[in-house]
Amino acid sequence: MVPTSYYLILSAIIFTIGAVGVLGRRNALIIIMCVEMMLNSVNLTLIAFAMQWNNLNGQVFVFMVMAVAAAEVAVGLAILIAHFHLSKTTNIDDINLMKW
Amino acid sequence: MFESVWLLFALPAFGALIILFAGQWMSQKVVGWVASAAVAAAFLMSVLLFFSLTALPAEERSITITWWQWMTIGDFHVPAAVLIDPLSVTMAMVVTGVGALIHIYSIGYMDHEPRYQRFFFYLNFFILAMLTLVMSNNFLGMFVGWEGVGLASFLLIGFWFDKKDEMYGWYADCGKKAFIVNRIGDFGMILAMIMVWSTLGTVVFTELNEAAHHLAPATATIICLLLLLGATGKSAQIPLYVWLPDAMAGPTPVSALIHAATMVTAGVYMIIRTNMLWHLTTDAGLVTAWIGMLTALLAASIAIVQTDLKKILAYSTVSQLGFMIAAAGLAAYGAALFHLVTHAFFKALLFLAAGSVMHATHGILDINRLGGLRAKMPTTYRTFLIGAAALAGIPLMSGFFSKDAILVVELEKNIALYLVGAVTALLTAIYSFRAVFVTFHGQPRDQHVYDHVHESPGVMTIPLWILAVLSVVAGVINLPFVLTLDRWLEPVIGEHEKIPLVLELLGITISIVIAVLGVLIARSLYLTNEPWARRLTQPFSSLRKPAEQKWYVDEAYTFIVVSPIKAASGWFARVFDPRVIDGAVNSVGGVLSDAGEAVRKLQNGAIPAYALSIFLGVVVVMIYFIFAG
Repeated sequence: MVPTSYYLILSAIIFTIGAVGVLGRRNALIIIMCVEMMLNSVNLTLIAFAMQWNNLNGQVFVFMVMAVAAAEVAVGLAILIAHFHLSKTTNIDDINLMKW
Repeated sequence: MFESVWLLFALPAFGALIILFAGQWMSQKVVGWVASAAVAAAFLMSVLLFFSLTALPAEERSITITWWQWMTIGDFHVPAAVLIDPLSVTMAMVVTGVGALIHIYSIGYMDHEPRYQRFFFYLNFFILAMLTLVMSNNFLGMFVGWEGVGLASFLLIGFWFDKKDEMYGWYADCGKKAFIVNRIGDFGMILAMIMVWSTLGTVVFTELNEAAHHLAPATATIICLLLLLGATGKSAQIPLYVWLPDAMAGPTPVSALIHAATMVTAGVYMIIRTNMLWHLTTDAGLVTAWIGMLTALLAASIAIVQTDLKKILAYSTVSQLGFMIAAAGLAAYGAALFHLVTHAFFKALLFLAAGSVMHATHGILDINRLGGLRAKMPTTYRTFLIGAAALAGIPLMSGFFSKDAILVVELEKNIALYLVGAVTALLTAIYSFRAVFVTFHGQPRDQHVYDHVHESPGVMTIPLWILAVLSVVAGVINLPFVLTLDRWLEPVIGEHEKIPLVLELLGITISIVIAVLGVLIARSLYLTNEPWARRLTQPFSSLRKPAEQKWYVDEAYTFIVVSPIKAASGWFARVFDPRVIDGAVNSVGGVLSDAGEAVRKLQNGAIPAYALSIFLGVVVVMIYFIFAG
């Protein structure tokens, strides 16, 4: 058996990479992909615990998360494309209409 | 009969209202006569009250007419009520009688005054306030009148508020000075009233008669000293007399009415009215007597070197008030009231006569520019002479009997006070006749002024003659040994002391000598220029300069009180108010504004920043749940 902590560490690393990417990248598309990465890392955590406790609830919840991720990607990409039509750039630094 | 006492107040009140609202359509004469008629009718009312009182036996001569309950706060009851007793009726008669004569005189004196409506309104208002003062049955009602006459005094002193000259400065400032100095006295009055209520539970005079016995002597002393402070403000004694000479900036009828006959006597009246408190403390009485006599001496010493006729009379008033206050302090309330009444007559007469001179010379009262006026103004001269004789205490004039009454009491009780009184009486005689001789006798010093002088019209000279007659005969109201006034006042002041015959005769003799000596000295100094008088006064010549500068009292007050307060106020206005108070208020707004500016920076429109804030929020919540949830 692979110790559960290995999965958790892996998941944490992936989550951190995703978080850093969300906070630090400029391209909107990359940011959405990083969000997906964070969601997937959470999936990994859920599965790891499901395996440890022999409880299928974890694995079922992964499906919920995936469904949400899919819906969110759809909406997010739609917003991104709509904004791209408007400004011809994916650089989020240029999206600052809400600035004071 | 007594139920209709409201008329006494309603008459001047209606007079004032009519003048206020309809005066603009009336001529100066009509307004003047309406005002005079109101006060004359009030005088008739007061005379009726007097006769109604005499019809009652002496023990019953104290009637309270309550109109309504003014204030009821828990245990604190103050009625709006009138006390009709010998003291209040005497004061009311003096106030309305002399007041009516002065109103009539003003019709002639103020004939060229464009703002006559305001003048007569203020005069009627003053009479109303003064009546409130003397007829009220409790401290608070009296205080309403007290403040009212202070207000009337302020308004009337500064009547020509847009006028300014070398002697008075801005006339408006003279009114301000009177009001503010009076306020210091009022402070004492208010504290005294509070103490009276808190120790005795009542402010009504008739109730205080029984309740006063519960007072400890020390408490009574403090209360009476505070009342004395109030009296020194209103009656122009040391230390608060400085407003009265400046009050001469007001029109002469005002000086006659308010600053000679009536308002300034309010302090004396108040002490007589509260005698039940003064009986408990001889210490406060002694302090009062000394303040009275020292003021009398100080003012007389200044009067003797003044060159403005009204200023001589002003300082003379301060001096005579000192006599009255001293008498009240020595519990000789009958003598004090006697001098109050006679002084009202002859001092008002002197002021009105001075006004007559002023009217004739178009405002010039510097005695160094007058002289020889008796040829051209015989009536004014004769009436002024009668007034001066009464003031100096020439035998058989009213002033002789009343001043002698006070001096005899001092002779009996305190020799030191008597000596001060005797010296002051001598000075009084000298300065009174100095005024007479320099103004009316000798050669005119300014020919131009002399040429334009003419006698005043009848509407001014008839009140002069009436007051002159009163100044001569009023002595009968309290002749020595007969003492009509003392007995009349017994319901209010209690039994009067009998002065031993020897002292009475000694006092009378010395007073006659003093008066005659004073006249002779004045005659030889100012009329015939005889050397013996000059030799007599030589030792005092070094005092002339300080006396001419009024003993530097005003300068001292300016240095000690006025300048520091002005400096402090200036500091408050220029530094404290803009920096601290405005600063505090502004900085509250400033802090919020800066906080808003700082918080605003959070909304920079940068998406990574928003993402970071979400992230941090999650972290915080997690920490909370791990460590505290």
